[in-house]
Amino acid sequence: MNKELLGILVIFLTTVLLAVPLGRYLATIYRGDKSWSDFLLPFERLLYRLGGVRPEREMTWQQHLLALLAINLVWFGWAMFVLCTQGSLPLNPDHNPSMTPDQAFNTAISFLVNCNLQHYSGESGLTYFSQVFCIMFLQFVTAATGMAACVVVFNALREGAVDKLGNFYVYFVRSITRVLVPLSLLVALVIVFQGTPMTWQAKAPVVTMQGDSTFVSRGPAAAMIGIKQIGTNGGGYYGVNSAHPLENPTFLSNAVENGAIVLIPIAMALAFGYYLRRPKLGWMVFGVMTAGYLLLQLPTVYLEMHGNPAITHLGIDQSLGSLEGKEMRLGAPASALWAIQTTVTSNGSVNAMHDSLTPLSGMNAMLGMMTNAFYGGVGVGFLNFFVFIIVAVFISGLMVGRTPEFLGKKIEAREMKIAILIALLHPLLILAGTALSAHLYVGNPTEYAGWLANPGYHGFSEMLYEYTSAAANNGSGFEGLGDNTPWWNISTGVVLLLSRYLPIIGPVAIAGLLARKKYIPESAGTLRTDTGTFGVMVFFVIWIIAALAFFPALALGPLAEHFTLYAK
Amino acid sequence: MKSQFLTALRLTLTMLVLCCGIYPAIVWAAAQLAPGHGEGVQVTQNGRLVGFANVGQRFDKPEYFNSRPSAASYHADGSSGSNKGPSNPDYLKEVQARLDTFLLKNPGVQRADVPAELVTASGSGLDPDLSPQGALVQVPRVAKARGLAPEKVQALVQQQVVPSLLGPNKVNVLALNVALDALAK
Repeated sequence: MNKELLGILVIFLTTVLLAVPLGRYLATIYRGDKSWSDFLLPFERLLYRLGGVRPEREMTWQQHLLALLAINLVWFGWAMFVLCTQGSLPLNPDHNPSMTPDQAFNTAISFLVNCNLQHYSGESGLTYFSQVFCIMFLQFVTAATGMAACVVVFNALREGAVDKLGNFYVYFVRSITRVLVPLSLLVALVIVFQGTPMTWQAKAPVVTMQGDSTFVSRGPAAAMIGIKQIGTNGGGYYGVNSAHPLENPTFLSNAVENGAIVLIPIAMALAFGYYLRRPKLGWMVFGVMTAGYLLLQLPTVYLEMHGNPAITHLGIDQSLGSLEGKEMRLGAPASALWAIQTTVTSNGSVNAMHDSLTPLSGMNAMLGMMTNAFYGGVGVGFLNFFVFIIVAVFISGLMVGRTPEFLGKKIEAREMKIAILIALLHPLLILAGTALSAHLYVGNPTEYAGWLANPGYHGFSEMLYEYTSAAANNGSGFEGLGDNTPWWNISTGVVLLLSRYLPIIGPVAIAGLLARKKYIPESAGTLRTDTGTFGVMVFFVIWIIAALAFFPALALGPLAEHFTLYAK
Repeated sequence: MKSQFLTALRLTLTMLVLCCGIYPAIVWAAAQLAPGHGEGVQVTQNGRLVGFANVGQRFDKPEYFNSRPSAASYHADGSSGSNKGPSNPDYLKEVQARLDTFLLKNPGVQRADVPAELVTASGSGLDPDLSPQGALVQVPRVAKARGLAPEKVQALVQQQVVPSLLGPNKVNVLALNVALDALAK
């Protein structure tokens, strides 16, 4: 077997093996059961006291959402302040300027929603202060927000839940102290020993062997890279993210950073089962997610290893695969692995340039974000999946003529309305955004010539990818798109906002409404949701709702490009 | 509602201390023990700083092993990929032109022996490495430019190959060229 294929197999399997105990651990700490990490209790009590939190106060689902939105608003204010004034704040040895308001708006929103659309390049667009105190801060707290919201849903679905669904701040603080900080620290320590910088020194002047003068950008990169991978944020320290040889110096650093992308999302799916003491349910969710993921991953690895046919025609040696936009220490298979794992989760970091992927690989990356539920972001990935479960329960109920119910609670019109609205919001935002932009571009191609780096079908794919990435809160991009303009900054900013908060509010509301309903004990007439059959059902619901909605758009972009490129 | 925001504000400040104070301080302290002390691993030649081990730099002279094409022109304070799509006609012309130039500079090399990385831009624009084949194919040119025996240069390349257990084997271009200069003396 090819050594590099074996390499990516090892990365994936190791991650899954680590995610199983992590899933158990997550369930334990969120239930408040005894855990080895309880030595942190006094420290957490200190944090509660400093933060003014009363941990014993339980909240209803509405109070949870209120707490979530209030603290998010505070973070937005903080981020705007830092980004607009960073030029005059401390820790700016490279003398980088402050951001323009529209770019600051886009960046603040982007990181507030745990996304990382970056319409700037880290080396010149941010200071060390804003990298650490704005970007890295948001990478921690927004990941914890998603996890806390997810736990509210877990809690509402447990047997005997009624109104009181735990304390939002407790879930939030525990996510940080017991999961995000320790895991990020682990990743950061590995990569710092692989050569990633962690310094407050300015960029270093170098005269190269051939006599060119250049500067090497440095900074507090390792700490940030740890959480950007673990918290599925993905916002790179450097402009090219983990393709940068300092952000991701070796094959080992790559394996660790790559594993960190899907670790918590997989663990969260399993934690769902452990939390409810129905482990089979967790494995059903994991199975569906993995099937969907592999369907996108396998062809991508194949295509990237076989290279670009237009370059094959030149008669050169393409045995190492398609290498435009890729790094030699990582290679084509490891780049393909990352490309799909970062898009099925809402991570969005990259270790190769997605704009230069072969057309169908680019499409698979988009499909990962269009479905947005195969693993998904930390916490929110499960919330998206939960919406599809509700829809699948309802449809299966209709098919077999039983009252649709999930975990002993009836699914009725109100829950279904919310679920369908959330499920349809995603394609609406993506397709409407792309259609508007395409309309603008076609109406005035000279004025907007700076938008697209590539002509034809691929240019359309660049716009489609951008909105898909924004709506999935992913953050990767076909970076050829000239996206630092008011139109792109503001329109994607709006898409980001809507597609973060509504898909959190919706599932939490559904779960909150379900919790209040009468519990119906399971009987022979109950639709079993922890079976393979139901898994297949959910799988098809996801594909029919999420993927087919995008088929016409995909046909205009990557599919058309594929057939023209491979027909020659 | 007011107390909601007060808690939000206080908790935010507390988390700033934990996530942006304590956490990076631990990583920074650990970095002091790491190679390069967290400031990047520097490479010197005859006592002069010539680059960072992990950061690629421009090599296009015939007497050096050349590095990959770069969309960032090897400016290490502004990384960038080309972001060219696989079917872009201008891009394909550019690749063709790079191939023609390479064949011109390396007479005697067959097309089929030119590995794709030498005519495609890397993701970062700062790729420090080549595949072993990417270095070996340049041996005749480098040997001729330096007046060295090709076997000797080839042996040097093989010596510089960094094998990887599960990833691709690679050659660090800067390390190779530093070793080459030492050999030439």
